[in-house]
Amino acid sequence: MSLLSNTGALLGKEIRTEFRSRELLPTTVVFIFIVIALFSITLHPTTSESQRLGPGLLWVAFLFAASLMLQPSFLREQNNDTLSALRLSVSDPFAIFFAKLAANTLFLLLTELLMLPFFAAFFNVHILSVFPQLVLVFFLGSLGIAIPGTAFSAISAQARMRELMLPLLLLPLLTPVLIASAEATAALLEADPALPLGALGILIAFDAVFLTALWLFGEYLLEE
Amino acid sequence: MVKTVFGAAILFVMIVVTAYLAFHYAPIEKTMGVIQKIFYLHLPSAFSSFVALGVCFYANLRYVFTREAKWDWLGVSAAEVGLAFISVVLISGPIWAHPVWGIWWTWDARLTLTFVLWLLYMAYLLLRSMLEDPDKRALFSALFGIFAFLDVPLVYFSIRWWRTQHPQPVILGGPGSGLDPRMRVSYLLVWAAFTGLLVLLIDARYKLEAMRAGVEELRREAEVR
Repeated sequence: MSLLSNTGALLGKEIRTEFRSRELLPTTVVFIFIVIALFSITLHPTTSESQRLGPGLLWVAFLFAASLMLQPSFLREQNNDTLSALRLSVSDPFAIFFAKLAANTLFLLLTELLMLPFFAAFFNVHILSVFPQLVLVFFLGSLGIAIPGTAFSAISAQARMRELMLPLLLLPLLTPVLIASAEATAALLEADPALPLGALGILIAFDAVFLTALWLFGEYLLEE
Repeated sequence: MVKTVFGAAILFVMIVVTAYLAFHYAPIEKTMGVIQKIFYLHLPSAFSSFVALGVCFYANLRYVFTREAKWDWLGVSAAEVGLAFISVVLISGPIWAHPVWGIWWTWDARLTLTFVLWLLYMAYLLLRSMLEDPDKRALFSALFGIFAFLDVPLVYFSIRWWRTQHPQPVILGGPGSGLDPRMRVSYLLVWAAFTGLLVLLIDARYKLEAMRAGVEELRREAEVR
């Protein structure tokens, strides 16, 4: 019970911090927008090409954006010297990760959904009829990005060259998420859309494996 | 020291003998021709790299729970040697694939997995060089190593449903698969030699890392005084 109430309180703190400073969401939205637009300008795809390339490019854009957006998650605590206070305030250190990862998933999902109409317009794909299924894929994918992303944000906050370190650690590890999410999105955008269970299975397995790993090893990431 | 030199001498003889076996004793493969000889380098390197990464994962786990520096030394040694073997796999593979498949590279499950492994362990070593404090370096890189190793089956299965170009295992591939007996003998000896090479390299690298840690310790003491 204390894990849930602690997590709830910390999640409230994360969301309040973001909505007071309004730093992460607007910059990430603009960043994804720029990347999607640049892909579209550079490749200038036809309708059939954009159905084939679009989902992959969209997820590459999300991955790049996430590797920048997850950076401040722990860096902010370190710069303000609030990490020790956080650790003293909760009985289970996993609550810190749980809250940060919930907040990061939420922020990622929000930016992704905001970008969806622009993606649909640039790449000429129809999204309205499969919107609920897309939200499911986006949620599982964002969770998959946020779990190792939050963990590695705690690591990279302590390293030199931290801005480069996080993408370097995170992007190769996210290969399964990238492939499965792009495949699932592509299957949903086809003329005859179907929810690909194999890809969803990979996403769920990825989320479960790394959530368990974070639960087992998270406390060591907070050592000073 | 004597042991290392002795081991290296035995290994040298083994590699010379296996090179002879691979090139002169084992028959030339019917469809692929002489290019198939890369098999004797490609496969044992792949095997050695997986063993090295397994050792790295074990050392990482042990470090997180015991915090003994020796597990950190073993972890970095195994990761570096593993990375070297993966590099051999990634270079010898395309040289073999180009004449046989007609392409240098394809994003098939095993090729992608090997490539992603190369990236992950490169990141592991880079992360180590970016962490100043020895305890933090050991702990964080061990945790990253654990996460990276857990990713291996996920990467593999996420690509499995695409077409797979890479041949199925021939050594233990079940009925119908199999090698010419002379190829089998040569392969087993090459495999033994590469496993020996793996052990020797990790051992040498481990001693180097222990020495480096000693120097670092002495330097810190000197700075305090």
